[in-house]
Amino acid sequence: MNLKHQENEIELVVPLLPDIELMATRTVSAIAEYMSFETDKIEDLKLALIEACINAFEHSKAKDNKLYLKFIMQENRLTVIIKDNGLGFDSGYLENSEIVRKKRPENKRGWGLMLIKNLMDEVHIESNSGGTTLIMTKIK
Amino acid sequence: MEKEVAETFDVKVIRKENYAIIRTEGYVNNLGGEKISEEVDRLISERISKFILNFEKSNIVNSIGISILIEVIEKLVDIGGKIYFCNLTKTISKTFFIMGLTQYAEIFATEEEAEKSIVV
Repeated sequence: MNLKHQENEIELVVPLLPDIELMATRTVSAIAEYMSFETDKIEDLKLALIEACINAFEHSKAKDNKLYLKFIMQENRLTVIIKDNGLGFDSGYLENSEIVRKKRPENKRGWGLMLIKNLMDEVHIESNSGGTTLIMTKIK
Repeated sequence: MEKEVAETFDVKVIRKENYAIIRTEGYVNNLGGEKISEEVDRLISERISKFILNFEKSNIVNSIGISILIEVIEKLVDIGGKIYFCNLTKTISKTFFIMGLTQYAEIFATEEEAEKSIVV
């Protein structure tokens, strides 16, 4: 990542509070509007971010009770990095759409990632015992 | 802080002869989904089995809220009922398709179009 990109980053630390994901959506919406994204793409970004936040809130069990968001603005793409310092999980499990079934409470995370992958153009997830980092990009 | 961020969710029910319109307002999360489910249960007990869900004032949802809607749809399928959604954003329509709601529920652009479909 070059210096120019680093200059176009916005960082946000989110405490784990009820419905706090809505505040995060306002941030991503404002950034995407600033970048002149189309309305429909902004809506996709908002929902993807909601799902990412919910996943982290429900499953990370992070001791610091925080979520670290970074928004990287590039010419025609917006990348959002969502990081928690939680317990991590087996990302291979989530890749299996046969296992990830719809509505059971224990599988809500599966729906979230599936939605994120459909709403965003690029998605990458890394998870280990030190936490989880989700990197998702929307192209204009 | 919590009160500033948390969104309220409300429903307005318009009861017709053999169906009901439920107009939602706010974030369809777990609480919003449960509120819709409770209203549907109440109306089922009054022998209503067809519902129009108007999301004109609900442009934000999450997968937990939608999962609850799937349970509502399954319940209605069991009793021969149906849900008709209207005024969805493109993103919500897309999400409903991904999560399989469109297999058992219809989507209309407007409440009027949904009503016409029920009446016919």
